[in-house]
Amino acid sequence: MATTEEIRADLAEIVNEVAGIPADDVQLDKSFTDDLDVDSLSMVEVVVAAEEKFDVKIPDDEVKNLKTVGDAVAFIERAQNG
Amino acid sequence: MGILDGKRILVAGVTMDTSIGFAVARVAQEQGATVVVSNFGRALGITKRIVSRLPKETPVVELDVTDQEHLDRLPELLREHVDGLDGVVHSIAYGNPETLLGGKFLTGPWPDVAQAVQVSAYSLASLSNACLPLMGSGGSVVGMTFDATVAWPAYDWMGVAKAGLESCSRYLARDLGPQGIRVNLVSAGPLKTLAAKAIPGFEELESMWSDRAPLGWDEKDHEPTAKAVVALLSDFFPATTGEIVHVDGGYHAMGA
Repeated sequence: MATTEEIRADLAEIVNEVAGIPADDVQLDKSFTDDLDVDSLSMVEVVVAAEEKFDVKIPDDEVKNLKTVGDAVAFIERAQNG
Repeated sequence: MGILDGKRILVAGVTMDTSIGFAVARVAQEQGATVVVSNFGRALGITKRIVSRLPKETPVVELDVTDQEHLDRLPELLREHVDGLDGVVHSIAYGNPETLLGGKFLTGPWPDVAQAVQVSAYSLASLSNACLPLMGSGGSVVGMTFDATVAWPAYDWMGVAKAGLESCSRYLARDLGPQGIRVNLVSAGPLKTLAAKAIPGFEELESMWSDRAPLGWDEKDHEPTAKAVVALLSDFFPATTGEIVHVDGGYHAMGA
């Protein structure tokens, strides 16, 4: 089972690949839109890439609740365990 | 055996797995077609990831229909994957949601309207024309409309652009008919897509639709629409062109 930090690091890699943001900036307390400047189109791509990477389904209605990196990591952890 | 066995199809306009074009690509592959999809700009990155969810490996080509260079090089790009085309699906539209949609009709600025008409209507002609070197007799062009004979809540200038698209398809049918190429549109009910979510007030249409359509309507189910597109691409509508097939649960035929 992946640890919180492993999921964060993998997600940071995806955010870096999609939006060009340094992976080290992608920390749990950071907001995708306010801190990392991930716009809605990039967010869609991050979600698609994360679904493939973590083998989870992130429903559209859920995406708006994923405001911070920590929210996303927590969702992925729950989805993987569920 | 599928109704598109051996057919080579370009589906222009696939972004997400909720895109109408994605459902078309899936059903086309299930029916035996070889499919190439296209998209443009930053959304291309999403497309390249999402095609892995299709049943077969699907090449992605870059095509911005407003860029003449892109249109000119399209046959060359397509030839890397297919030796010709039997069908082209136009699933492309854009209108600035900030200025043209959701109750902004009276103040819609011309440059934005011009863009909406270019991307959503004119491009059916320019895309068809760009694909002509690859298409022969028996070819089929299918586009997506949203009934443009009446005014809708929220749809505003996109409705005007769709009226242009519907007319465009009739003129294309006239001019491509002698070459044996058919041009038709599918008029679908409201479908939940990335694009639809950007239309402010679109939910209003969705609830109206499921109440009034005699067959009911599920805005999340793109398969009925995709099947109709695939049927029009196939040899099962050999004498049909300039037509608009409604896939709307019957909504268009009801007075109230």
